[in-house]
Amino acid sequence: MSTHRVAWSAALAAAVSLAPASASATTPAEQQKRFEAEARAAGAGFGGFSARRGEAFFKATHGSDWSCASCHTGNPVAPGRHAKTAKPIAPLAPVANPDRFTDAAAVDKWFRRNCNDVLGRACTAQEKGDVLQYLMSLK
Amino acid sequence: MDATRRWILDIATWLLGLVASMVLIAHEAMAGDRLATPPNGRWKAECGSCHIAYPPPLLPADAWKRVMAGLDKHFGTDASLDPATAAEIGAYLERYAGSGPRRQAAPDSLRITETAWFIHEHDDVPMKSAANCAACHTAAEQGDFRERNIRIPR
Repeated sequence: MSTHRVAWSAALAAAVSLAPASASATTPAEQQKRFEAEARAAGAGFGGFSARRGEAFFKATHGSDWSCASCHTGNPVAPGRHAKTAKPIAPLAPVANPDRFTDAAAVDKWFRRNCNDVLGRACTAQEKGDVLQYLMSLK
Repeated sequence: MDATRRWILDIATWLLGLVASMVLIAHEAMAGDRLATPPNGRWKAECGSCHIAYPPPLLPADAWKRVMAGLDKHFGTDASLDPATAAEIGAYLERYAGSGPRRQAAPDSLRITETAWFIHEHDDVPMKSAANCAACHTAAEQGDFRERNIRIPR
């Protein structure tokens, strides 16, 4: 009897830990706090995030042909289109797409991939926070 | 006598029609136009983020293995995954992978568009983006590539 109960609890715990989307549910503001903590930890002189700096970063090419706007367009409230495959991309600004920045693992996955594609390196916490500040400022 | 002959001719015509349609049906089935595999949520979500999740039968297992080993440089973009997700998707792709010479890509190529099968099927079709199956194959998302569901945009 108790063995069964232990087995069931173990199975339940396993099932819960295997559900990443619900486990890491978050908000854009919480993600911003996370980037702030990382930026502070990275070194002295954190002076806050800037939507203007984020917008400039978002629209600039960084040595290669691509910018963030290549796929997400210069207007992140509108849908984008993958620069290579032409697949439609849902809007990036939270105001236009409430699903954005609500899954920490997805946020990390896409910053990792896309910064690598656009900049050829990882983005700093400062850069990520600036971009998120810009995206959250869009109405 | 004439009536019997006509009757035999009718039967023969009918039989010929039956055989012809069976050959057509068999051809469609063998051409692999139905590529639906048992659903896998991670495959669909991850592979389907940037393009449609290409059906596993379109490449042989060893090609899928190499695709999964090089996700950080995936046709010019970083498509890297966490190890657990990559392992699950890799196993799924290999399990339902295609086989036979027509599914083999050109040497050193992992492109579905460079398999003998793809080239044969599309040699007279003008395509804007060969990655965008659903532009013409309206039921591609369901693994259905049959002729009847093709609409070529003008």
